[in-house]
Amino acid sequence: MAVAVWAIAFTRNLFSVVVLSGVYSFLMATVLVALDAVDVAMTEAAVGAGVSTVLLLAALRLCKSEEAKPAHKPWLPLAVSVSTSVLLVYGAWGLPDFGDPEAPIHKNVVPRYLNNEVDVPNVVTAVLASFRAYDTLGETVVVFTAGAGIIALLRRRKKNPDNKGGGA
Amino acid sequence: MRDDLVLRVVGRLLIPAILLFALYVQFHGDFGPGGGFQAGVMAAAGIIFYSLIHGLVATRRIVPDWVVETMVAAGVLIYASVGLAGILLGGHYLDYSVLSSDPIHGQHRGIFWVEVGVAVTVCGVMLKIYYMFASRGGAED
Repeated sequence: MAVAVWAIAFTRNLFSVVVLSGVYSFLMATVLVALDAVDVAMTEAAVGAGVSTVLLLAALRLCKSEEAKPAHKPWLPLAVSVSTSVLLVYGAWGLPDFGDPEAPIHKNVVPRYLNNEVDVPNVVTAVLASFRAYDTLGETVVVFTAGAGIIALLRRRKKNPDNKGGGA
Repeated sequence: MRDDLVLRVVGRLLIPAILLFALYVQFHGDFGPGGGFQAGVMAAAGIIFYSLIHGLVATRRIVPDWVVETMVAAGVLIYASVGLAGILLGGHYLDYSVLSSDPIHGQHRGIFWVEVGVAVTVCGVMLKIYYMFASRGGAED
């Protein structure tokens, strides 16, 4: 994954960047499988590696495939991201061990979720669709809004005569 | 890519499997990994794969725009109406236990329809975004 990230950061050809980010998504999906988060892994493989790669390629067809040279040196963004990651790693040391049954998160609502009255074998589905039904409704509305936004943005241009108002 | 024999044959073999697997993920989500979101994305990916091979025009004949746009809105409406059904049957909004005489059965029924709603919206939005981007390039390949 580090190799993929390094290559993405240094490649100027956007086509290879798109393909490399698909590779990164597949690697991320395997990591998630190793963490026993199969639902998330499935989503990552389907969305990250599948659909978004195709969407990026479709978008790439509309623009140049070479990235422009950056106008300034990226020292400030580099400093911000390095210091943020140092902070995050420092904070992660304070977390309980992975899979520790004594961790605080497993003491409050998790027992209720695991012995839930919904009686669905896949706890992830039970939590998403029943306990957190409002959240999932909100997410669905977000997805709907994204689709509506895309329709509103891109359809209006189609009414213009061919390729006159659409050049961006 | 329409003339590529390998792609056509592989697509013909894989696309039904992808769509079938999407349905499996959808309806088996209670027991195994998966659910509405994953199933919707997979179904959309299968259709996008078809359109990569056979072109956007052929895909739009099979899954026309009005179907996709109806799907975008219908999923949210299905989800929200499951909640309203809970109110009408005397519970809270999105309370599935009242959807059937047996609370556990009601929960299963509610989760089923909610997942259907999520899948329909996600599939519709993915397809719509793909259609929009792919049709902007002018000449269709």
